[in-house]
Amino acid sequence: MKLRIKLLSATAICAATTAGAVDLEVMHWWTSGGEANAVAKFAEAWTATGNTWVDGAIAGGGDTARPVMVSRIIGGDPPAAFQFNHGRQAEELIEAGLLLDLTDVAEAEGWADIVNPSSLLDACTVDGRIYCAPVNIHSWQWMWLSNAAYENAGLAVPTTWTEFAESAPALQEAGLTPLAMGGQSWQQNGAFGVMALALAGEEAWLSVNRDKNAETVMGPEYTRVFEAFGAAREFSDGLNVQDWNQATAAVINDTAGAQIMGDWAQGEFAMAGEVAGEDYSCLPGLGEVAILDTGGDAFYFPKQDDPEIEAGQKELAAMLLSPEVQVSFNSAKGSLPVRGDVDLTSVNECTQKGLDLLANGNIVPNGESFLAPDTISQLNDLMTEFWNTPAMTAAEVQEQYSDIIASAE
Amino acid sequence: MTISDTRPDAGDRAAARRPSRLFRNLPSKIAMLPLIFTAVVVFLGGTIWTVVYSFTKSGLLPRLSWAGLDQYERLWSSRKWIVSIENLAIYGFFSLIGTLVIGFTLAALLDRKIRGEAVFRSIFLYPFALSFIVTGLVWQWILNPELGLQNVVREMGWTGFSFDPLNNPDIVMFGLLIAGLWQGTGLIMCIMLAGLRGIDEDIWKAARVDGIGTVKTYIRVIIPMMRPVFVTSLVLIGAGIVKLYDLVVAQTSGGPGISSEVPAKYVMTAMFGGQNLGQGFAASTMMLVMVVIILIPWAYLEFGGKKHG
Repeated sequence: MKLRIKLLSATAICAATTAGAVDLEVMHWWTSGGEANAVAKFAEAWTATGNTWVDGAIAGGGDTARPVMVSRIIGGDPPAAFQFNHGRQAEELIEAGLLLDLTDVAEAEGWADIVNPSSLLDACTVDGRIYCAPVNIHSWQWMWLSNAAYENAGLAVPTTWTEFAESAPALQEAGLTPLAMGGQSWQQNGAFGVMALALAGEEAWLSVNRDKNAETVMGPEYTRVFEAFGAAREFSDGLNVQDWNQATAAVINDTAGAQIMGDWAQGEFAMAGEVAGEDYSCLPGLGEVAILDTGGDAFYFPKQDDPEIEAGQKELAAMLLSPEVQVSFNSAKGSLPVRGDVDLTSVNECTQKGLDLLANGNIVPNGESFLAPDTISQLNDLMTEFWNTPAMTAAEVQEQYSDIIASAE
Repeated sequence: MTISDTRPDAGDRAAARRPSRLFRNLPSKIAMLPLIFTAVVVFLGGTIWTVVYSFTKSGLLPRLSWAGLDQYERLWSSRKWIVSIENLAIYGFFSLIGTLVIGFTLAALLDRKIRGEAVFRSIFLYPFALSFIVTGLVWQWILNPELGLQNVVREMGWTGFSFDPLNNPDIVMFGLLIAGLWQGTGLIMCIMLAGLRGIDEDIWKAARVDGIGTVKTYIRVIIPMMRPVFVTSLVLIGAGIVKLYDLVVAQTSGGPGISSEVPAKYVMTAMFGGQNLGQGFAASTMMLVMVVIILIPWAYLEFGGKKHG
């Protein structure tokens, strides 16, 4: 059996090389319905060029997928391309010289002029060389609300976090879960990050995340955030799910009032045939401070010995940022394109809000470009403990949070 | 005097016959080389390498930049690590007792020459054929309040019934324990059964002649005779406890909060999620230390004691 597979793949490789096309294995963690639909757009475009897209999807989210990718790269069997989030996740791989330098592609394609906001390209740049191809802009700063859930409870759909918190008990009385929250720690820490930027404001948020100022964590702006997050804990009672898309499904099914989740959740609403504004509402910055953080996904290309594969990798990198692919991919995924010069085919109310904020420059870089993965993983642990331990007080957590920020690199 | 005279003489004669002990049984030694190599390089070398790098600031990739005891200080000041150790202790204690008691009871029942023994044996052993990941997922569904056990009982009429261990931080470890026992007892049962079959029929006859009850015979006579079988079982169960990881990942992924974290998962999260190899190495070194602390006195009693006695 194994031999047969080997022989088959050997013949496949021969066939591919004689045709002058390459097989590129692309690893990513886009496995929810909306995400899989989006990544298929990449595969279609790549196949249309006569090459072969070998899909290496890993289920379970970035925390599961990244170790697999890293171990394959260090272990000497790297995929041709892999997805990481913007930020410091790939820092050490670049420093160790394991990734392909894409500067010539970037110059040929003029990425410096078309990528908007430019901070996305900065996140790919180390010592003036570019190592990744950003493909989309994602922002955490959203809350998604089910219009029907509020209607059924006889309430108006909230337009700010304050209103949401006030209406939450009434929603609970109607037998609904006000806030859908998945059980994985990154979701709880992510939601806290959203509340921090929305309730403490841009200045305090940057002071903590960019300048690692532990005193700001103990300051009055952040105190408000910790208290609000602590109070939000009981809003999620009654819904026990793990994955983020299961939590989104509760909002789609109108059994939960709202979810704090990045704009990738919109792909799930679209897959379920829901219409923005009618079936669901969205609040950028929780309706409090309308600023988007601009993170996103980027593709990195590990160095390979084969010049043919290297040429293919560069071709793929250029393709990922081409206008058509940017439109088809981002329309499917619910994210924003990294190019300022393309128009999305179907722009709904929520995407338009995001595009407007982007055009007005109401943006900050995302937390992951400031904090090392180690720090984020410590914060994940702390916030998930806080979320699930009713006895833990906001003041205790605030203290520990400031310790982590103080020791962050 | 005579002794000191003859000794070098005997040694010389031995040396004349066999030039060096190194080349005695040469073919079998050559055959052993791969195993020796594996033991020294992979096990010992890997362990030393890990311990050395636990004193460094290694991030995503191993680097030799010394950090002293920083990684250990951080480890022991981490709430998650303390919770992990406590959880492992709870799981380990109940898993050890539970597996041995249930495994032995099932084996003893099967040993009573019941009808359809082969069928029951297969049924009890079957869960062992499943990986921990599958076991974890199956039990996640069974213990899910909306889909599983709680729902079934409620539909039967007991609407007040509540059994939701996986979402209750206080008893989540017992939710894991149920799955662990379900998976692991079958193998221990088979080993015990083999041990029981190895007991001479005459022992039973003698016990019957003396008028000793069945239960008493098991506890007083049979179990002490099965000591080697219990040692084997203990080692198997112990190894399973220390490496507990995949069951947790599949069933609770450490939740709710951090209430079902275990040391092996701490290591994995630090090394790969947090891109902090140094911290992961420090945690795995501590795991090794814990195993050694338990193992050395036991091994001394078990193997060292016999030589003296």
